[in-house]
Amino acid sequence: MTMPVILGVATLVFSLIHLVPGDPAQSMLGESAAQGDVAELRARLGLDRPVLTQYVEYLTRAVRGDLGTSFRYGTPVTREIGARLARTAQLAFAAMAIAILIAVPLGTVAAVFRGRPIDQAAMTLSLVGVSLPNFWLGPLLAMVFAVGLGWLPVSGAGSLAHLVLPAITLGAALAAVLARLTRTSVIEELQELYVVAARARGLSWSRTVIRHALRNSLVPVVTVIGLQFGAVLTGTIITETIFAWPGLGRLLIQAIGFRDYPLVQGCILFIAVTYVGMNLLVDLAYAWLDPRIRVR
Amino acid sequence: MTFKLGVALVVSVVALALLGPWLSPYDPAAQLLPLRLQGPTWAHPFGLDELGRDILARLIVGARISLLVGVAVVSVSATVGLVIGAVAGYAGGWVDALIGRIMDVLLAFPGILLSIALVAVLGPSLAHVVLALVVGGWVGYARLVRGQALKLRELEFVQAARALGAPSWRVIRDHVIPGVLPALIVQSTLGMAGAIIAEASLSFLGLGVQPPTPSWGTMLDAGRGHLLDAPHLTLVPGLAIALLVLGLNFVGDGLRDRMSPRG
Repeated sequence: MTMPVILGVATLVFSLIHLVPGDPAQSMLGESAAQGDVAELRARLGLDRPVLTQYVEYLTRAVRGDLGTSFRYGTPVTREIGARLARTAQLAFAAMAIAILIAVPLGTVAAVFRGRPIDQAAMTLSLVGVSLPNFWLGPLLAMVFAVGLGWLPVSGAGSLAHLVLPAITLGAALAAVLARLTRTSVIEELQELYVVAARARGLSWSRTVIRHALRNSLVPVVTVIGLQFGAVLTGTIITETIFAWPGLGRLLIQAIGFRDYPLVQGCILFIAVTYVGMNLLVDLAYAWLDPRIRVR
Repeated sequence: MTFKLGVALVVSVVALALLGPWLSPYDPAAQLLPLRLQGPTWAHPFGLDELGRDILARLIVGARISLLVGVAVVSVSATVGLVIGAVAGYAGGWVDALIGRIMDVLLAFPGILLSIALVAVLGPSLAHVVLALVVGGWVGYARLVRGQALKLRELEFVQAARALGAPSWRVIRDHVIPGVLPALIVQSTLGMAGAIIAEASLSFLGLGVQPPTPSWGTMLDAGRGHLLDAPHLTLVPGLAIALLVLGLNFVGDGLRDRMSPRG
């Protein structure tokens, strides 16, 4: 199932350069470029060969981990991606950690106090969180905490302080989604008989919620964290642009600006394949967490 | 309560777009350079931008673009998704399998990645943004309709219609489509919020509407350079996007509650 999808993704990414209106080589070099230079670039990119030959070669090289050469940097695309991957991973995982740390307690409290003002406040806050675009939240946070209060750096990378604002910007929407899901899941678990049994055995309410209900309600939450990884990945593109975070998303936007099509194709393919791989991992993790799925 | 608030927010933005010329007499492109970055005043309630242009006038044009993109993307995506999803679910077999594979491939591109990829090669413009969002957008509707069509296909009244010799297109038109409409309307409302955010995201990244045409996304991007000296450049368009998207999400949630059988 995963392999045909990856093949389809690679085919679509390969065809991107052929969707460029006119001559891609001319577009990369600019309208005033000499015909000799354009022809040389066409040959270098392999665009002068039959499309089928190009396609087979693209797939063969991609399987070997060769995504071509960056037009702008003159280095292998994989090297450019590799140089920025750690930064993007750092940002993505920090955002997910922040989201979980906010969402799970918030959703649990909302579930326990269902229908009360604290629940309504938490759920309204989460709907606002979903509606706040990260390209607005980021500048707002920068305005208050970097420009106004001067507590944190406004952009760049290098220290833990640099990570705080981008991670909150990226994690806010995920926190909002997870808080709502945690609430629904905990409410369902609290209605189960084992919760009544635990209370009847004399367990305190907080212990019942934390040790039993919350633990069981985390299975769907874990799944959604995995599925939301895609949103986090694309969110890094905007967040990295706002905070000049030197990651993969910023590389992609810069590559688009320079019309560095091999680098654009490489970044898109890498992000999509990472996402497909992550979904596969989630499926496997879900089966591991829930034995009923393994039996099926 | 939130449903009514949502309707009020959406209606306000539609009114802003339609009544624009009566709300702000200024040309959105006219530059008052000596007054650049001026904060809100009676004459310019939302202030002036980095080139001395009236932000309210630009917000109005931006509202039209956001609504236009939202309506265009959702109506085309929903129509394409409806037709493809109904055909896949109703026909089954290899047709369903083929459409399913295509949908799997498109869904492998998270969020707006596919739209970014398409605009990157096609070039930034409003038409390309709409096209790019439709290419990735129809799949959600098709999945929804396919699932419903699969369920409906097995129901007795649909089987009775087939047994009486009704052609497939008529069964789809008279039985499958009316059955999926409520869910489709909810998804379209939420999808419009998604399309508006996506357009603003692409414009913010410089891949959407191109200057000097104002879009809420490009206005926000321009405001980034003036966080300290002119925060209204960032606050006003951001708030506009957030309120419209919140409104659409409230309406979508409200419609879902009203249309779900358990009500």
